[in-house]
Amino acid sequence: MQWIQLKIDDKKIRVPEKTTILEACRMNNILIPTLCHDPELTNWGACRLCVVEVEGMRNLVTSCTMEVQQGMVVRTSTPDIREARKTILELIVANHDIDCLTCEKMGECELSKYAYEYGVKKDVFQGAKREYELDDSNPFIIRDLNKCILCGKCVRACAEIQVNHVLDYSKRGFETQVGPAFHLPYGESDCVFCGSCLAVCPVGALTEKQMAGKGRPWEVKKIQTTCPFCGTGCNFDLNVRDNKVVGVTSNPGSPVNGRALCVKGRFGVEYIHSPNRLITPMIRKNGELVEAEWYEALELIAERFKTIKEQYGSDSLAALSSARCTNEENYLMQKFMRAVIGTNNVDHCART
Amino acid sequence: MTNSIKEIPSSKVIFVIGSNATEAHPVIGSKIKQAVQNGCRLIVADPRRIELTGFAEVWMRLRPGTDITLINGLMHIILEKGWENKAFIEERTVGFENLRELLREYTPEHVGGVTGIPVEQLYQAAEIYATAESAQIFYTLGITEHTSGTDNVMSLANLAMLTGNVGKENSGVNPLRGQNNVQGACDMGALPNVYPGYQKVTDSKAQKKFEKAWGVSLSSNPGYMIPDMFQASLEGKLKAMYIMGEDPVLTDANANHVRKGLESLEFLVVQDLFLTETAKLADVVLPGASFAEKTGTFTNTERRVQMVNKAIDPIGKSKADWRIICDLAGRMGYDFIYKSTAEIMKEIASLTPQYCGITHDRLGTRGMQWPVLGEDHYGTQYLHKDRFVRGKGLFMPVEARIPDELPDKEYPFLLSTGRKLGHYNVTTRYSRALEVHSSEEYAELNPADAKRLKVQEGEKVKVSSRRGELQSKVRITDRVPPGMIFMTLHYKESPVNVLTNGVFDKVAGTYEYKVCAVQVTKL
Ligand code: SF4
Ligand code: SF4
Ligand code: SF4
Ligand code: FES
Repeated sequence: MQWIQLKIDDKKIRVPEKTTILEACRMNNILIPTLCHDPELTNWGACRLCVVEVEGMRNLVTSCTMEVQQGMVVRTSTPDIREARKTILELIVANHDIDCLTCEKMGECELSKYAYEYGVKKDVFQGAKREYELDDSNPFIIRDLNKCILCGKCVRACAEIQVNHVLDYSKRGFETQVGPAFHLPYGESDCVFCGSCLAVCPVGALTEKQMAGKGRPWEVKKIQTTCPFCGTGCNFDLNVRDNKVVGVTSNPGSPVNGRALCVKGRFGVEYIHSPNRLITPMIRKNGELVEAEWYEALELIAERFKTIKEQYGSDSLAALSSARCTNEENYLMQKFMRAVIGTNNVDHCART
Repeated sequence: MTNSIKEIPSSKVIFVIGSNATEAHPVIGSKIKQAVQNGCRLIVADPRRIELTGFAEVWMRLRPGTDITLINGLMHIILEKGWENKAFIEERTVGFENLRELLREYTPEHVGGVTGIPVEQLYQAAEIYATAESAQIFYTLGITEHTSGTDNVMSLANLAMLTGNVGKENSGVNPLRGQNNVQGACDMGALPNVYPGYQKVTDSKAQKKFEKAWGVSLSSNPGYMIPDMFQASLEGKLKAMYIMGEDPVLTDANANHVRKGLESLEFLVVQDLFLTETAKLADVVLPGASFAEKTGTFTNTERRVQMVNKAIDPIGKSKADWRIICDLAGRMGYDFIYKSTAEIMKEIASLTPQYCGITHDRLGTRGMQWPVLGEDHYGTQYLHKDRFVRGKGLFMPVEARIPDELPDKEYPFLLSTGRKLGHYNVTTRYSRALEVHSSEEYAELNPADAKRLKVQEGEKVKVSSRRGELQSKVRITDRVPPGMIFMTLHYKESPVNVLTNGVFDKVAGTYEYKVCAVQVTKL
């Protein structure tokens, strides 16, 4: 591997070849604003917000697409650059439905973050605004094209992470749109609701339906955990507010899956708070299961298990442990059967 | 899995057999598709036109239950063409001559006839797999849920060893384990014949080790496997059961038999999140807690042990399952004294060689892949690197067998069962959004059969087998070949396991969920 020497903002820097200017900056804690770049996706250079100045080049270049070269001299924050970025943001804002008060993305929105940083007020450029209807065609994702900044991240996430190729650009100019072919709503397309597009959208164009109105990002605690469904073992963050799981967001640090999830992991944990959850022990009395206290239930079990063991021997008892429960619980269950009951009659749905 | 999930996108050749990964293991499925997008060559063997067939260079649409014939046939071709890895066979394996002997009769013509796969495809698949720089195999329940499940797995191992595709990156034989912690439950010895870490209960050294650790004397008789349990209870030998977090009435084959077995118990305890079909039969029902309400670990299909972190308190009066077991043990006169699950993991690590170096602190946010051999070891990305656990790899020649019950005059359709993307077994039905998205069963039926039966898309049919019957709507699609119908296990309104065959693989105890004979009639 070859190393490249270059100068960024008067700082001497050494990075491996094939590194982009943006990556070189990020490795050295130099902040560059980006809207269409994502480390897990290919770079398209769509938003131009990441522009920097490279000595010897006539125009500003997009740092996310240009690779470093030996001896390059880069400046990342001259007045010209800041002016160019501000104009880009103003143009985006001019055609963006500014709805921050109730927008689900507020607090995590990249556009509002940079608008704040660059002092962009709304409506500097006057002009027509898009007026699309909300796509509410499915139980998982709400799509509001009036907020779409056409960064194309969702298109790439669908093609490169999920490999489903459902999304693309269509039409041109003011009418440019991103979405499923033939302008179908998500619910009628071939979308499999992995939510990868939702996870990368920098603004409120794609938001999670179940989490709507359930809490602002800063009110929500995120706890990394492991998915309870299939054996892939994806990790994600449970979003918790007031002792309630309000939803799931993907966590780029997940060792198995990065930000990818499937419809179950991302949208399927609501069963935690299902009104059908059992919330108290129950004992069968006169043929009916009736509510009971813990001590009653446990006493009864202990007593019946003991009597049956004495009367018919340890091997007349058996347990099914669970591939849904934790290792620690499975360990205890087999220990309970072996050491306390005295039998090896323990199994679980190992094969399904 | 012998290998790791992160290796998938850079694979050279992938052979997927009996695994609908994009629905059953969606994120792994996506990674297989990413691999193809990166230039990987994909071979798929599956009776159904699953999504991955659209990404495959060769799709072998084999007749259900003919897997061994297919694998033996591929190996026959590999030997015929001299594509086997002679150095690997020489250095790392034994028993090759027996295999060669067995393979003689599996000529391409014979194999094509039995499996229904065109001979050219067999050659193509054998060439792609055997001549690759590295190739990996993925299989799931399509391979194991047969009476010949164990044999199926062995024949895949033969194929991998024959070509030296074991013990290096991007090669190996990788079962995709179904449920979130099925790997861990096995590792923890929730099996009738082994203690944690697959130490046999019949091995007196293992028995002594656990007797010493637990301070009691232990039984050296292997216990009942699941199918035996229901039988034993019907015969009056089993009197009580304690079922934690499983719903065998809905998920086990031949459900009516299971129900009768449970009904004839004297005492049944069910611990679960919901009043499941099984819980409805219980004498005592205990409310367990969901994964969000407790701390512990799950082990995924690539042997990665990862943290489950408590996010909220248990709902209502429900309790973490580990606490319930501790309470019960205490009341039975044996104190389980653990302040936290981290302490339980400490005990696990002290008794389970594969988990020896694991602590909750070390797992952190990235987890570790077992074996983790000590406090200073970081885990194992792929198994069998320089040697197999038993030293040399043994070729185990396996003869093809046919499924226990095949279609006949009376029951002319072959029923195969599985999962679909929108649901996970039975719990996800309680998640509103998923339920709205996919709220009922649609049995898949081939257009030719639909025409003959005069049923239209969305109409209801009666499906019956020798064991039971149910009603289901149909989806007319060439995803299934003529003569086959496919249903999922998620719906209690159309409980597919009243139909399935209760026979099982004699070694692993796995039911034959993938093949049974049924009749389909228009309602
Ligand atoms: S949810 Fe997944 S499949 Fe659907 S459009 Fe988004 S990325 Fe594509
Ligand atoms: S929907 Fe979001 S991710 Fe997709 S192009 Fe618009 S702003 Fe970008
Ligand atoms: S998110 Fe989907 S693919 Fe990942 S572990 Fe959960 S169920 Fe499996
Ligand atoms: S981030 Fe570089 S062009 Fe958008």
